Amino acid sequence: MSGATPLGYLSSAGSRAATIVPLTWYVLIVSILVCVIIGALVWIGVRRSHSSGGAAETSAAAVARNGNGIRWIWIGVVLTAIPLAIALVWTVGALASVAGSPRRPDLLLDVTAHQWWWEVKYHGDTPSDTFATANEIHIPVGRKVLVRLHGGDVIHSFWVPKLTGKTDAIPGQENATWLEAAGPGIYRGQCTEYCGLEHAKMGFEVIAQPAAAFERWRTAQLQTAPPPATPAQARGLALVQFRCGMCHAVRGTTAASHYGPDLTHLMSRRKIAAATLPNNPGALSGWIQNPQATKPGALMPDQHLSGQQLADLRAYLETLK
Amino acid sequence: MRQAVFRRPEIGDDNEMLRARLHAIWETAPGLKGWLGTVDHKEIGIRYIITAFVLLALGGIEALVIRLQLAGPDLHLLTPEQYNEFFSTHGMTMIFLYASPILSGFSNYLWPLLLGSRDMAFPRMNAFSYWVFLGSAIFLYSGFLVGAGPNDGWFNYVPFAEKDYNPGFNQDFYSLGMIFLGISTTVGAANFIVTAFKTRAPGMSINRIPIMIWGTLTASAANLVVVPAVSLAFFLLWMDRQFGTDFFQPAGGGQPLLWQHLFWIFGHPWVYAIVLPAMGMVSDGLPVFCRRPLVGHSLVALATVSVMILGFGVWVHHMFATGLPGLSLSFFSGASIIITFPSAVTVFAWIATIWLGRPVITTAFLYFASMILLFVIGGVSGFMTASVPVDWQLTDTYFVVAHIHYVLIGINVFPVVGATYFWFPKMTGKLMDERLGRWGFWTMFAGFNIGFLPMHLTGLLGMPRRIWTYPAGMGWSTLNLVTTLGSFLFAVGILIFFFNVIKSLRSGAPAGANPWGGSSLEWSVSSPPPPYNFAVIPTVASRHPLWEEALDESVARTSLTRGMTLDQGKEALHTSPMDAEPERIVATPEDNVAPFLLTVAMMVLFYGMLLKLWIVIGLGGLGCFAALLMWLWPRRNLLERAPPDRKEPVHG
Ligand code: HEM
Ligand SMILES: [Cu+2]
Repeated sequence: MSGATPLGYLSSAGSRAATIVPLTWYVLIVSILVCVIIGALVWIGVRRSHSSGGAAETSAAAVARNGNGIRWIWIGVVLTAIPLAIALVWTVGALASVAGSPRRPDLLLDVTAHQWWWEVKYHGDTPSDTFATANEIHIPVGRKVLVRLHGGDVIHSFWVPKLTGKTDAIPGQENATWLEAAGPGIYRGQCTEYCGLEHAKMGFEVIAQPAAAFERWRTAQLQTAPPPATPAQARGLALVQFRCGMCHAVRGTTAASHYGPDLTHLMSRRKIAAATLPNNPGALSGWIQNPQATKPGALMPDQHLSGQQLADLRAYLETLK
Repeated sequence: MRQAVFRRPEIGDDNEMLRARLHAIWETAPGLKGWLGTVDHKEIGIRYIITAFVLLALGGIEALVIRLQLAGPDLHLLTPEQYNEFFSTHGMTMIFLYASPILSGFSNYLWPLLLGSRDMAFPRMNAFSYWVFLGSAIFLYSGFLVGAGPNDGWFNYVPFAEKDYNPGFNQDFYSLGMIFLGISTTVGAANFIVTAFKTRAPGMSINRIPIMIWGTLTASAANLVVVPAVSLAFFLLWMDRQFGTDFFQPAGGGQPLLWQHLFWIFGHPWVYAIVLPAMGMVSDGLPVFCRRPLVGHSLVALATVSVMILGFGVWVHHMFATGLPGLSLSFFSGASIIITFPSAVTVFAWIATIWLGRPVITTAFLYFASMILLFVIGGVSGFMTASVPVDWQLTDTYFVVAHIHYVLIGINVFPVVGATYFWFPKMTGKLMDERLGRWGFWTMFAGFNIGFLPMHLTGLLGMPRRIWTYPAGMGWSTLNLVTTLGSFLFAVGILIFFFNVIKSLRSGAPAGANPWGGSSLEWSVSSPPPPYNFAVIPTVASRHPLWEEALDESVARTSLTRGMTLDQGKEALHTSPMDAEPERIVATPEDNVAPFLLTVAMMVLFYGMLLKLWIVIGLGGLGCFAALLMWLWPRRNLLERAPPDRKEPVHG
């Protein structure tokens, strides 16, 4: 699996979006046809004219009346009615088939949108089966996934064009949407309700995997962080608990704040900073030292670590697979 | 009405002595006092138009800066703070400070001339609505200048606009400025409604009024209903921010969606308020160049009113993604699709008018005719977003940005520029340069479509709106570059237009009273019109007073040279709402600086509220009181009229 697919929505990769694609093409083609026909009518109508000119000519030209033309209006309106009626019926039908959420979803997620990242909570059968990640949503292929949306601070909107249209995440209210991926792949998502400075860089990825791979991933995510194995890692852990723990959680350590993304399995993610940077050591160090350079306004403060501290920290972070 | 005086009006002929007498009565005093105190609708209309064009230019500069930032991926011309302030201020400026006021300007200037009357129903309120518009524009822009312009988009969603997330003065400038501006809109709307129903020339029955009047009338009626909703919303937000109330804060039991309902109940009808009058301009201007009356005049009038009424029922289509229940979504989806019908009536009426007429291709005609196509493009993209599931994909992407610009530029800016070419001769007595006009038109038309047509595609490729930058490799880069180039070309077109206005003011050919052979009353008076508009009040006998000869529709003919003279002071005729039967003669007010002073005092008050300085608030309040007193002080000239002849209404 390589790069994520861009955000176009004239094709789909899952059943919810797929219901909408033909309707989209229908309204699009009708619209283009209407524009072409009207454009041609105006153009030909104008070209038929005999005079072109300024003031003098206008007042010289006769005021003509020929025909009252009401027929034009009736024919036009009736012709408009046909595609509109089709669109209306189709819309109501499509809405009925995608609007409700699945009764018995195969997987239930709670997604909370924050300025400017996504918190994703996976519900298992028991509370101990439940865990949280950030900015990356794994789903099993061919299964119906119910996503409950929450606004963490301001209003955001959840959108994975290849899988599903937009649903707002509004504070104080719970909205729902659902996904079902037809095949494995990485699908890009994006916040689409303007939510402040870094609205532009509030992306995420949905990774659809075959059921078995998904279960393996899930089991791995349930693990807590391993204890440090080297002195450097131990110093790194201390830094994480002391500094990063004010905002982040690493399960199995004393870092337990949920103000920022859960870092327990940080290194298993493809991207960091809400799908803004690739997850490699260079980008990670750059981000930690100066988040504002990539995301001006990001709510994570600069850490101003010494070279040694940064090396320790990275030594520890790299164990968070 | 207190000032009403019942008397038999003098019937007379248009002659030099009468004109001289009227001139002396109606002329605005020279000097500063006259300048600040004038209540002449033509003067006010032109001020409105100039101010709105200046704001169009400001909003345009902001747009160009935005477009530079988006010209390529990962550019850093603006910081995200700056970007957000620029796009929010751009939206606010274009919607509230350009699109709507420019139409008020044209309507202010044209209405009494179209209606055959001497002035608007409430001339001092008219002046007041202009001053408040100017004052609120200065207020809103003073925020931008001190780096605290609106930064939450023009629709300003909560809770982002609450103090917790947005602590600066930005939203306070915006909230208070919008409440301030709402006063101007409300006063103006009330004035238009009364003017339409009470000041029409005798004989101009309801089925004879021009479509432009229908456009502004329905828009004004809508404004009266919905502006209070948005003023309330902004007031509640201000309370939340200043006093910690919880109207919109979920933590205290408030409802973020309440804001969206209040805002869009206003916001959607508002969209029609900024297109219906412009459509009216086309409906009245296009037929003149087609040399025949508009096809289906009554149907178009009916369509105008129905669009407005249906327009009240579609606001939820801005909220399809907010998780409302499916049934209500279906309802609003249906309403939004059905609103296409009346619009189709208007479009086919225009096309039939072109086909069944003999168009003379002038610059104004090019703008009006091209507007038909742009209207359709903006309309069909609206129809696409009306389909809920499709909208879930389209909304908040550049597809919608393309849509609003086809609506706002295609249906507002193009007709307005066309209307300027059309009525400039009336306003100034000079013709605009046609050759330069063509250049300007084609540059604008090409630039606009090169810039904004590809935006639909950018949207279909998934580019979200309101993003200050985007990564490479999304398939958007080339399209964005084209869009930026197109918008600069469009801006050049606008510049050519402005240049043409200035050049023609200096050296345009003399226009004469009726350069285009127009059919409505404004073309019957000299260009520019005298301060009193009509020497004798016309008596109207058909829809096209100046084309009666050629059309030969009716036996009765409109009388332009013999009629009521109303020359015993500054007075106007009020007629009945439906049939325009003369009812009474009213005295209209002299020039008065109170509206200006009241506005200044209100500005002080609003700045005081902004800074929460009670002493300034107090001063402003006192000032308002004093100015109101001055405004309402009983005046001899309004009371002491010729003694009444008889006590019942007169019939001319
Ligand atoms: C040269 C001409 C113009 C250009 C290049 C332009 C460009 C843009 C762009 C790029 C945006 C999107 C900003 C974003 O989403 O980040 C925008 C938004 C907007 N524009 Fe324009 N624009 C132009 C003229 C106009 C005019 C004439 C009007 C109205 C009469 C207008 C009304 C709006 C509105 C209402 C918004 C939405 C602001 C928001 O999203 O809150 N624009 N414009
Ligand atoms: Cu967001």
